[in-house]
Amino acid sequence: MHAPGQKLNGSEIFFECLRRENVEYIFGYPGGALLKVYETLYDVRDIRHILVRHEQGATHMAEGYARATGKPGVVLVTSGPGATNTVTGITNAYMDSSPLVVFTGQVPSSLIGNDAFQEADIVGITRPITKHNFLVKDVRELASTIRKAFYLATNGRPGPVLVDMPKDVLNAECAFEWPESVDIRGFKPTLKCHQNQVEKAAHRIAKAKKPLFYIGGGVISSEATEELRRLATEQNIPVTMTLQGLGAFPGDHPLSMGMLGMHGTYWANQAVNNCDVLIAVGARFDDRVTGKTDTFATQAYIIHNDIDPTNVDKNIKVDLPVVGDAKHFLASLFKEMPKQVEDRSAWLSEIRKWQEECPLTYTVENDSLKTEFVIDEVSKQTNGNAVVTTDVGQHQMWTTQYYRFRKPRSIITSGGLGTMGYGLPAAIGAAFGVTDRPVVLFCGDGGFMMNVQELVTAVHYKVPVKIFLINNSFLGMVRQWQELFHQEKYSFTDLGDSNPDFVKVAEAFGCRAMRAENPEEARRAITDALAWNEGPVLVDFRVIKKDMVFPMVPAGGSISDMLLTRLNPKTMV
Amino acid sequence: MKHIISVLVENKFGTLSRVAAMFSARGFNLESISIGETEDTEISRMTIVTRGDDQIISQVLKQLNRLVDTIKVTDLTKQPHVERELLLMTLKLSRATQHEIFGLTNVFKGKVVDIKQKSITIEVIGSPDKINTTIDIFRPYGIRELARSGAVAIHRGES
Ligand SMILES: Cc1ncc(C[n+]2csc(CCOP(=O)(O)OP(=O)(O)O)c2C)c(N)n1
Ligand SMILES: [Mg+2]
Repeated sequence: MHAPGQKLNGSEIFFECLRRENVEYIFGYPGGALLKVYETLYDVRDIRHILVRHEQGATHMAEGYARATGKPGVVLVTSGPGATNTVTGITNAYMDSSPLVVFTGQVPSSLIGNDAFQEADIVGITRPITKHNFLVKDVRELASTIRKAFYLATNGRPGPVLVDMPKDVLNAECAFEWPESVDIRGFKPTLKCHQNQVEKAAHRIAKAKKPLFYIGGGVISSEATEELRRLATEQNIPVTMTLQGLGAFPGDHPLSMGMLGMHGTYWANQAVNNCDVLIAVGARFDDRVTGKTDTFATQAYIIHNDIDPTNVDKNIKVDLPVVGDAKHFLASLFKEMPKQVEDRSAWLSEIRKWQEECPLTYTVENDSLKTEFVIDEVSKQTNGNAVVTTDVGQHQMWTTQYYRFRKPRSIITSGGLGTMGYGLPAAIGAAFGVTDRPVVLFCGDGGFMMNVQELVTAVHYKVPVKIFLINNSFLGMVRQWQELFHQEKYSFTDLGDSNPDFVKVAEAFGCRAMRAENPEEARRAITDALAWNEGPVLVDFRVIKKDMVFPMVPAGGSISDMLLTRLNPKTMV
Repeated sequence: MKHIISVLVENKFGTLSRVAAMFSARGFNLESISIGETEDTEISRMTIVTRGDDQIISQVLKQLNRLVDTIKVTDLTKQPHVERELLLMTLKLSRATQHEIFGLTNVFKGKVVDIKQKSITIEVIGSPDKINTTIDIFRPYGIRELARSGAVAIHRGES
C-alpha cells in the first residue's frame, strides 16, 4: 500500500483504491485505453486479475461472484467495443439488483466527442442501466469517485455503477488521498423502517388466519434469512419465494411452499390466491410473479417491505407500505409480534391439500432421460448444499422446482432480464468467490453457445465448475410456447441438426467431458463430476426433446388459468 | 391532473439528460422542463410540468428521488407557489393592426422588445394559463415565431 499524500499516477491510484475496497478479483480484458493500467497491473500481486475471453463474460462473472459472496463484483474493460460489450451484463445486474463496479477505459479527454478511434459514449449508453455512472475528468477526482462508486453499488438497493476513465487521467499524477467517509447528498437510502408501520404490520399479521410470506431477493442481499426463519417458524407462517428469493428460507422446511408465479408450484399460487394477509419482503411484484394484476391476491391485505420506495405501489397497490431494509423490518416485526400465536393449522392443512392435489412429479424411464430427473439427482447428491447457477429457459424453471435450496446465496440466475449466456460465466465467477461448496451449472444447449468462450477461462484457471448441459436439442422454452400458444409451429427452435458435439467441443477447450443418455449413466456421471475438482467438467445430458415445464400460468393470465399438464399428450416424445 | 414539480439537482453535466431519460424510459409525460443555477452555483433548480393520476405522480416523485444527482424533490401543485413562464412572440405588423397590438400588449402587461416595419416582437410573463390566453388572443394578427420558456416555479415565502 502507498501512503496517503504520496504522488501517484492515475493507474496506481486505481489499484490503491481497489485495495482499500478489499477487492480480491478483477474480471477484465485489456485494450488501448487501458495500457497504463495493465502496465501497473503487471506488478500487482495482492489483487487477482482474471482474464476473460469476452467482456460480456466479465460482467456476468463479476455478478456471479457478487451474488455468491455478497461483495461487489469488479469489471475492467477498455473503451469503445470493450465498453459496449458490457451492456447486457450491466443491464442484467441492474434488473437483478447485483452490486457491480464496472471500470471502462476511455479515449483521452481532449478527443472525447470527436468520434475518436474506439470512442463510445458509454456514460450516455449506460445511464438508464446503471444505478449511477461517472466520467472522471481529473485525476484528482479519481479516488473519491471510486470510493463513491463502491458506496453506491453496495448501499441501499444494490446495483451496477460504471466509472469511465480517460487515458490521460490514468497517466496524470497527483497526491493520493483516500476519503475516509462518503457523503452523497442526493443518496440517502431509508434503512430503518417506520416503527408505526411495523406495529401496524404486526397487528394485522397477529390477527391473520391465513398469512403468507412472499419473499424476494432483497431478503438475501440484506442478509436477513435468519430473521425470516425465526419469524416464520415462531409464527407458523408459510413462505413462498421468488426466483431470486429461493434459498432465503430452507426448501426442505414444512413451511416452505417453493416458488410462486408463472412456473411456481400449484400450492404456492393457490396460497397467494387465498391468503388473508400477504407479507411481501424484498420483492417487487414482477409480472412473472403476479400474472394478471387485478386477480392477484385479491383476498389479501398486502404488506410490502422494500428498500426501494419506487418498488412500492408500482405494479400493485398495496395496503401497507413499509420502506426500509428487510433485515431491519423482519427483526423489528419479530419484536412486535405477540408470542401467543394464532392457530394456523386449518390454513396449513388447506395448503397441504393443494400440495397433494397437484404435486411436482415426473416419471422415470430406463432408456431415456428427463431434465427433472437430472436436477433432482443433483439436488440429492449435493444434499441441497451446492451453489447452483443456471442459464435461461426450461432447465432454469425445472431447477427452481426440483433443486431443494437450503441456504441463501445458492441460486444464481438471470431473473429480471432473462439473459441467455449468463450461466457459464456466472458459475465461473461464483466459483472464484466460493470454494467450500460445489458450484453447479444447469445450462441449455442454446444458451451454452452464447458465452461458450468462457470455457477457456474456466480451464485456464482450473475452476472446478460442474457444467451440467441439459441438451434437449431445442430452444426448449420457446418450443414450449410454440406448442402451447402458436399452433405447434416450431419456427427456428430445433437445434438438432446444427448443434455441435458438445463433448468434443469441451475437450477441444481442454475441459473434461462425458455424456449421459439414461438415468443410470446420469447418476454415475453426476457422482463422478461432483467428485472431480481439478478443473471444469462438462456432462452432456441427452434429455428428451419435448418435455414441458408445468404448472404454467400463461403470460398475463390468472392463477385460475394455470395449466397443470400438457393439452395433448401425444406430442410427448 | 397537471403537476408542477421543483427539483434541486447537482449542477453537473448529464443531470438534465438523466432526468429527461428517466421520463422517457418510464413513459411519463413531460410537458415542460426548465433548469437554471440557484444562489449556490453547485446546485441547479429544475421545474418540471407533468401530467398523471395520483399513482403515476407518486411514481414520478419517487423515481426522481431515486436519481443520485437529485437533492430535493417537491411537488408544488398543492402548496402555495408562484409559477411563471416567459413568452417571446413575433407578430406581423401593419398600419391597421399596430394600435390594437400595442393595446393588447398593455392589457397583458407585456413589453415590446423589438419592432421593425413589418414585424413586432413582444414579451409577456405570466402563468402558463395566461401565456396560453395571450397566444390565442394574438393569433389572429399572424404569429411569425414564438418561443416559450416552460414554467419556472417557487414556493411562496413565509410571512
Ligand atoms: C439473449 C437471449 N436471446 C433470446 C432469448 C429468448 N429465449 C428465452 S428461453 C430461450 C430458449 C433457451 O434454449 P436453451 O438454452 O436450449 O434452454 P432450454 O429452454 O432448452 O432449457 C430463448 C431463445 C433470451 N432469453 N435471451
Ligand atoms: Mg435446449
